[in-house]
Amino acid sequence: MSRFLIRKAFLSIVLFLSTLAAVTAQHDEHHDHGATGEKKKFNVGDMIMHHIKDDHGWEFAHGLTLPLPVILYTQDKGLDVFSSSHFAHEANYNGYVKEHNKIYRAGANGEADKTIKVYDFSITKNVASLLLSAALLLLVFFSVRKGYEKNRGKAPKGLQSFLEPVILFVRDEIAKPNIGPKYAKYLPFLLTLFFFILFNNLLGLLPGGANLTGNIAITMTLAVITFLIVNLSGNKHYWAHLFKPTGVPVALLPIMIPVEIVGVFMKPFSLMVRLFANITAGHIIILSLLGLIFIANDLGGSGMGWGVSPLIIVFSLFMNLIELLVAFLQAFIFTLLTSMYIGSAIEDSHEADHGH
Amino acid sequence: MDLLIPDIGLLFWMVVVFGLLYFILSKFAWAPITESLKEREDDIQKALDMAEKTRIEMAKLQADNQKLLAEARAERDAILRGAKETADRVIAESRDKATEEGNRIILKAREELQTERQAMVAEVKREVITLSLDIAEKILKKELSDKKSQEELVKSLVAEARLN
Repeated sequence: MSRFLIRKAFLSIVLFLSTLAAVTAQHDEHHDHGATGEKKKFNVGDMIMHHIKDDHGWEFAHGLTLPLPVILYTQDKGLDVFSSSHFAHEANYNGYVKEHNKIYRAGANGEADKTIKVYDFSITKNVASLLLSAALLLLVFFSVRKGYEKNRGKAPKGLQSFLEPVILFVRDEIAKPNIGPKYAKYLPFLLTLFFFILFNNLLGLLPGGANLTGNIAITMTLAVITFLIVNLSGNKHYWAHLFKPTGVPVALLPIMIPVEIVGVFMKPFSLMVRLFANITAGHIIILSLLGLIFIANDLGGSGMGWGVSPLIIVFSLFMNLIELLVAFLQAFIFTLLTSMYIGSAIEDSHEADHGH
Repeated sequence: MDLLIPDIGLLFWMVVVFGLLYFILSKFAWAPITESLKEREDDIQKALDMAEKTRIEMAKLQADNQKLLAEARAERDAILRGAKETADRVIAESRDKATEEGNRIILKAREELQTERQAMVAEVKREVITLSLDIAEKILKKELSDKKSQEELVKSLVAEARLN
């Protein structure tokens, strides 16, 4: 109980501080707009957004950027591939202009021509991170698989014994109880889902890591796949429950059916937003805490900046630990909810008899 | 609001990469891994079942042994008892026989003794008769010489005979 209270107190302090950071950042931004010329002030909002959003080129530290391939397609010019480093040197390269992290066709005057649609399939920071995580997943699980072949009939060893409890956890605690006897068909998807989210959550926590699972496109893809799997494997009880709920008065059906249909779309939508918001929020909090150092630096000189650093380091360390927990938790929750949705879609009609 | 609008390029790559990842991992990692796990669990279950079965069998074997031992003991007791009975019977029989034989011998001895005595008595009688005849003869001879002494002799003889 006391531990719970301490945790609650800590959380409130952190929340308070992060709110403070956000407010300060906003205040700072207003200042920035008002002030003219002078020394360019540090802008927390921009810094955070820069870290959270995708980018052509992978910036590990200031001035240390890994150039990544830019792949563009326009109807008239066709496919164009070049390095992202070109944009660092010149504003207009090969007839393309980069503006606010988006690439447009350059118009006649050298300005961005937003009327021409540019399809950007670049290997951005997030795509590179995605590929890296995929390679890592393949590497890890092929090694685990090799462990099973090598230690056949023996006790697990090394990486295999480290990941086996996690695999068993997904199978025995997530898939089996929620899906039921037909869990084996969905287990590969749930395992891929769980480890994909977990690995990318953890990769995102590394310094310089991309905010992949905090990107709406990634969580949307995962949610849409879940939506498709749930609805494509839905049996007749599932659909009957949607369109002909038992025990509901006919007069209520015009309300119930739309609600149920909204629910079908709401489930994956909530999955999408939950993962995105949790991971992005975590990143924002840590970045805000770190940003406080620079705000203090701007407000009270470098002495103040150094002065608040120890406290900020303690808080951001604490937040990093929380994020570590969140990384596991969100992977678990996404997989758990997915298996629950699948379970409710393929369940035999027991559910219909409940609540009467 | 840029943050909330999915990027088409990233969507494309995500679908491709996740799809491939799902395909490759399920085929080359999840399938063999889950299979191995299942196999090992089955093995463990089998080993446990086997141990249980062996334990029951052991108990049964032990019970059998106990039963066998008890049977052997009972049989041994029965054999011993039988042997003792036979021995007792043989002893009793021989004792009976010996007694009977002894009795028979004694009886025979007694009969023989009886016969012998009768023979002896007959002999003695015959001797007595002979002796008496001799005496009578002598007396008769003496009577012929002296009447008085004759009478005395008869008298003394009679007295003697009476004494006998």
